[in-house]
Amino acid sequence: MPTETKQIQDLASQEYKYGFYTDIEADSIPAGLNEDVIALISAKKNEPEFMLEWRLKAYRHWLTMKEPKWPNVHYPPIDYQGIVYYSAPKKKDSPKSLDEVDPELLETYRKLGIPLGEQELLAGVAVDAVFDSVSVATTFKEKLAELGIIFCSFSEAVGDHPELVKQYLGSVVPYTDNFFASLNSAVFSDGSFCYIPEGVRCPMELSTYFRINAKNTGQFERTLIIAEKGSYVSYLEGCTAPMRDENQLHAAVVELIAHDDAQIKYSTIQNWYPGDDEGKGGIYNFVTKRGKCLGRNSKISWTQVETGSAITWKYPSCILLGDNSIGEFYSVALTKKRQQADTGTKMIHIGKNTRSTVISKGISAGHGQNTYRGLIKISKSATGARNYTQCDSMLIGDQCGAHTFPYIEIKNSTAQMEHEASTSKIGEDQMFYCQSRGLSAEDAVSMIVNGFCKKVFKELPMEFAVEADRLLSVNLEGSVG
Amino acid sequence: MLEIKDLHVKAGDKEILHGINLKVKAGEVHSIMGPNGSGKSTLAQVLAGRESYEVTAGQITYEGKDLLQIAPEDRARLGIFMAFQYPVEIPGVSNTYFLKAALNAIRKERGEEEVDALDFLNLVKEKMELLKIDEKLISRPVNEGFSGGEKKRNEIFQLAVLEPKLAILDETDSGLDIDALKVVAHGVNSLRSKDRAFIVVTHYQRILNYIIPDYVHVLYDGRVVKSGGKQLAIELEKKGYSWLGEETVSAQLVN
Repeated sequence: MPTETKQIQDLASQEYKYGFYTDIEADSIPAGLNEDVIALISAKKNEPEFMLEWRLKAYRHWLTMKEPKWPNVHYPPIDYQGIVYYSAPKKKDSPKSLDEVDPELLETYRKLGIPLGEQELLAGVAVDAVFDSVSVATTFKEKLAELGIIFCSFSEAVGDHPELVKQYLGSVVPYTDNFFASLNSAVFSDGSFCYIPEGVRCPMELSTYFRINAKNTGQFERTLIIAEKGSYVSYLEGCTAPMRDENQLHAAVVELIAHDDAQIKYSTIQNWYPGDDEGKGGIYNFVTKRGKCLGRNSKISWTQVETGSAITWKYPSCILLGDNSIGEFYSVALTKKRQQADTGTKMIHIGKNTRSTVISKGISAGHGQNTYRGLIKISKSATGARNYTQCDSMLIGDQCGAHTFPYIEIKNSTAQMEHEASTSKIGEDQMFYCQSRGLSAEDAVSMIVNGFCKKVFKELPMEFAVEADRLLSVNLEGSVG
Repeated sequence: MLEIKDLHVKAGDKEILHGINLKVKAGEVHSIMGPNGSGKSTLAQVLAGRESYEVTAGQITYEGKDLLQIAPEDRARLGIFMAFQYPVEIPGVSNTYFLKAALNAIRKERGEEEVDALDFLNLVKEKMELLKIDEKLISRPVNEGFSGGEKKRNEIFQLAVLEPKLAILDETDSGLDIDALKVVAHGVNSLRSKDRAFIVVTHYQRILNYIIPDYVHVLYDGRVVKSGGKQLAIELEKKGYSWLGEETVSAQLVN
């Protein structure tokens, strides 16, 4: 059997490293969704009245909506009454410092490579750890507060900074936006909140680490990042979940707001449990991420490395409202086993001389199906807008698929658009070339794939680039005969 | 070092090599010549371990081992190197990174320590000077956007860094202008040693003016029809290959 064929067959059978489960006493509400459940979630979080109202409006709107059918993904109907909408590790009192956080939780994050203990904090990275429905710890909070930076769980923000939440919540992704965003708006339980004041350059990477642990639980978190005039922040997000036979829903919403001359860099490494070889289990990752370049010369860039989830459905987008604002999207999406991904971006050019760059690299192996879907919209007002799009697909083996759906809408004749696309296959030629130089088939595949993704990896912060590189190698590892 | 006995090779349904015999000792340079389609490149690829060819009969012994049982990467680690006729591009992977990984895989097999970045850089610099390779070339992705000549030169550069025991050059001379040819030949000649053997596969005699072979073998229609010293190459240059065909046909008729 040619090495390549053999290897491709082995690709599918990777162990998922983060599939363990933490046995911790949880405070969960019964499965099901109605207005009482929403009121209960809101009450559990001691929310002000305006939040409950907002949630209920979202819920009522959601009831009128239908699940979208246009994505190029297939899954059995989701029973929205079978999901637990709130689950939190039980705690006596809310921990005042990291020393009071349940050791079991600290151990869980340590196993995931995210140390939260005061002694072992990652230098240069502040972490907000979200476990099922709640944020369990946030590091470096005080240090950041000295600069006026607010970095806390969403729940704390609702309590401590209601005026900011009220002003910005739903201002980029309204509760009417789409089926999953509306559901999230109704039931979201926690998430991260960042506020960078005017002129401040955030001195460390801010990050949120999401972990789904409890069974039959959906994770609905919300992240809100506000960068005031002339500020800068780099934000990282990582995700894992235990291996389970049932599918679990993760429907998050991320909103970014950049004022004049502000910059937000948002990086994701998504490694949710992808399901087993036959496609049993795994996370449905149905996420709405959008940034608004509100001010002049503002810039938002999304970088994502998507290797997990049974199904990924997400389009981190930019609304380029401010003149001269810049939107960027760099993506690597890997589908293997029976994974399906329908992902891409929307760049909505409204302001003058707005620019956007889209670099998408899709890799399909095993029986994976990988779809790039992107919209570049140049509004009438967007004089002098420019876009560069490059979407490349790589196929490993002959059981997988790559699909590309680029949409381009131009209403202003001064727009300059460039679109490049390619599809390649890891050829026997490339494999043989590497092997004839002494590299194992495994090393050859990971080298070729990493080369393919280089343009995206170089956008990631240092620690993450190493992680991404390693993650891809692990995901593509296969014992080779 | 290398012994090929009655080697039969098929590609798809078609038999391409019909019983090749060849012995190569350490320190020797053998040239394999022949017209297009005679099976020269097939032979080179089979030696390197290309799996799209099927060996239907015969043996290849390399340093006492059954070469046909050894995977391509292990052959490389045991000291076999083939300079490709058409080197493959690997976008995004830098030449240096690629070569360092290859060198370390080979060193590991030999029980040597991995080279560190500094030693590797010194080694690379030394070999670059030898082959007059532009520094920019080695920081670029493997073969991506290289001209034909650059690709060939890069193959010889890899050869120089990896220092194999048996080097097979698969039509390295084709597509090279005379200056590039001289550089490549100079590189090969400087790597000749009593421990290292070369198999130079070529269509033209020209390269043999610069790399003087110890033996010349003529491959015609999947068989070695004539072997001799370097003067055989000169004879071929004058007469072409077709007279060999007539000779083979008449020889077969007699038999």
